[in-house]
Amino acid sequence: MFSYYLQLGLRSLRRNPVLTVLMVVGIALGIAASMTTLTVMHMMGSDPIPSKSSILHYVQLDNWSPDEPYRPDGRPPDQVTYRDATALMAAGKADRQTAMFKLALPVQPDNPEIKPFQSLVRVTYADFFTMFEPPFKYGRGWDHEQDQAHARVLVLSKEINEKLFGGEDSVGRRVRLDGTDYTVTGVLDDWKLRARYYDLTVGAFNEPEELFMPFTTGIDLKQRANGNNSCWRAPNAGWEAYLDSDCVWIQMWVELRSPARLAEYRAFLDAYVNEQKKLGRFPRPLNNRLLDVNEWMADQKVVSSDVQVQTGLGFAFLLVCLVNTIGLLLAKFTRKAGEIGLRRALGASRREVFKQFLIESGVIGISGGVLGLALTGLGLLAVRALYTDYKSVATLDWTMVATTIALSVAAAVLAGLYPTWRACRVQPAAQLKM
Amino acid sequence: MEIRPILSALLRSKVSMILIGLQVALTLAIVSNALFIVSERLERMQRPSGMNEADTFLFNSTGFGQGYDVKSVQQGDLQLLRGLPGVVDATSIISVPMSESGWSTGVSLQPRQATSTANTALYMVDAHGLSSYGLKLVEGRDFRPEEIGFRSMNDRNVPTTVIITRALAARLFPQGGALGKQVYYDNEGPPTTIIGIVDHLQTPWLDADFIDNSSLMPAYLPYGNVTRYLVRAEPGRRDEVMQGVEQAMIQANPSRIIGRVRTMEQVRADGYAGDRAMAIILGAVIVALLAITALGIVGMASFWVAQRTRQIGTRRALGATRWDILRYFHTENFIITTLGLVVGGVLAYALSLWLMREYQAPRLPWHYVPVGFACLWLLGQLAVLGPALRASRVPPALATRSV
Repeated sequence: MFSYYLQLGLRSLRRNPVLTVLMVVGIALGIAASMTTLTVMHMMGSDPIPSKSSILHYVQLDNWSPDEPYRPDGRPPDQVTYRDATALMAAGKADRQTAMFKLALPVQPDNPEIKPFQSLVRVTYADFFTMFEPPFKYGRGWDHEQDQAHARVLVLSKEINEKLFGGEDSVGRRVRLDGTDYTVTGVLDDWKLRARYYDLTVGAFNEPEELFMPFTTGIDLKQRANGNNSCWRAPNAGWEAYLDSDCVWIQMWVELRSPARLAEYRAFLDAYVNEQKKLGRFPRPLNNRLLDVNEWMADQKVVSSDVQVQTGLGFAFLLVCLVNTIGLLLAKFTRKAGEIGLRRALGASRREVFKQFLIESGVIGISGGVLGLALTGLGLLAVRALYTDYKSVATLDWTMVATTIALSVAAAVLAGLYPTWRACRVQPAAQLKM
Repeated sequence: MEIRPILSALLRSKVSMILIGLQVALTLAIVSNALFIVSERLERMQRPSGMNEADTFLFNSTGFGQGYDVKSVQQGDLQLLRGLPGVVDATSIISVPMSESGWSTGVSLQPRQATSTANTALYMVDAHGLSSYGLKLVEGRDFRPEEIGFRSMNDRNVPTTVIITRALAARLFPQGGALGKQVYYDNEGPPTTIIGIVDHLQTPWLDADFIDNSSLMPAYLPYGNVTRYLVRAEPGRRDEVMQGVEQAMIQANPSRIIGRVRTMEQVRADGYAGDRAMAIILGAVIVALLAITALGIVGMASFWVAQRTRQIGTRRALGATRWDILRYFHTENFIITTLGLVVGGVLAYALSLWLMREYQAPRLPWHYVPVGFACLWLLGQLAVLGPALRASRVPPALATRSV
């Protein structure tokens, strides 16, 4: 019976092509608008590291001015000072910990055919690689001894290794940056992040850096970070005074493997800040925070309000399309009252009639879904053209494809339910009398 | 006017009426709010930056290697740039409007003031700054070459002279007379004298609540070995100058990288990319929504016409003119649309309130809803015109035939 109803449904759709196109296009547009915006929102906001997002915590300390908070709503600074970062690293109270910042450094390739180029360097500690788990293609990260020894070592991204060494295993080879040689300890494999969650302070959707260098080595370069720097009072002259100042410019993460460890670390931070207060620092009330990855992404508004408003409007648009489809289906099914009456008179139960018309709406839903999926693809292309920095998030994955199809069938069946219910309430006698 | 028969006919197909009305209501609520957001974004994108954007471009030079002396390279570069054919002027800079990255600080009227009087962006320029940015000096004087100091990122010396925007002057000295006054850019440092006021220059941050407060300071300030230059070309020659600039720079000193060569027009396009995208996306939603609603009305009206063909024939046979039939369907549409619009008006304000609460959006100006009423009335009347004309052509003889 199912295939017969399917045939009937298809025939009925062909009989009224304009109305059918109107319904299918209506559903497809609604699906495309809602799924395009939902995909972008889902990709932006989804958990970047589900296995560890609840144990990685971003450290915030409130060392700001006694006269006004860092943020008007009282939230503490979103980075820490060099002084506090290195003190917390030296204490080593977390299961793993890393402070970090970003530098822009010139790369001078040995190969004279490659022009020198500017490259972004993540300056961080050895634990970075075990905390955020970038995949290695060759070699490994540096170790804690090399952190201590200010070792001149680097980890390369896959792309820069292609550029400098043609993709070979370059572990042990040299790379010259700004007149100084560094030894390669490891090369990463593809590391695609939708949001570069380990540093959300600038350009959350930028790709991970091309080079990674020990923190201690990077500080020796005495070069200001390529990122945000905020000071509530001007530092004194000189590099040492800058390191000693209240300027915040370093991101700090800790790994705490259980709620008990988190509580311990919280207590440690409070004790640290109270100790610093005795030295005349931290003039504000105690305001430390240890947000986990997802909390930190929400705090930094990785999913912008524009994207949220667009998604809301996308779904409101889908709602209008649904109302439209309900109206059109109702009109269509009502016109078939005579046909339904005949079927009923010939012995079809209400159940059978219900099935027949539900399958017809299902057919509309699937057609709308397929067309909607194609339009969603186009919509995402448009989003990528409009927002050049959203390349990593405006892509469809299989969950979203499945969601699209499911949503459109559900939408059409939902839209078809009421008209179908009305259709199967037709009294056979009333129709046949005419 | 035969309102009563229309109403009683409508009451017989309540659900269809409610569906069309609901569609009109939702359309009004969404379109009026979306249209307001679009117009806000377009207005935002129209804001002038205050500088010459048509003829200017900027680029970075990053030196490398031990022998690189950024100070002398910078002086040589400026000489060279100013001598290039097609160049009007060039200056060393740290930032430009709309680039979203730069330097800001508080300005105070007294030393050791607890909270500063105003926030401002800092632009570091030399004596060619005003001419390179293309700024209009409205009071006071430009910088003199001997005033320009060489600073490094780790210095704390604040320049003794500054040129500020008219907006910042008004903020600091609402009574006027800012020229010649002393202000404090470093709470614990020496004062700085305002020697000039320019008409307008935005900060680099488009969302800053102090977007019109800018200060120009006389300093060369490289970022490590990175220097940034702003070049203003003769009208129409910008692209030609820009193409040759990398080679000229590398020839003068090969141990460096020339990068981020961008016209100010590109900087503007990048700065407002999010607003433009929002306007385009919402614009597309508005168009699609109006089209869907119009087509829905056409579909529903066509169905009603088909359903009532016999009744129309009967009315025609009893003496109703074509005009009467046409007017019947238009009136019917007007009633349904109006009911929908009344509900939609309430929904529109409710949606606006929600956007205000969740996203700190500004309140929907009242006139958007009446304008939306007019548009949707018109849309409904146009959509129903086709089916209504078809209805008016139903011949009276039809009444006498059976199905």
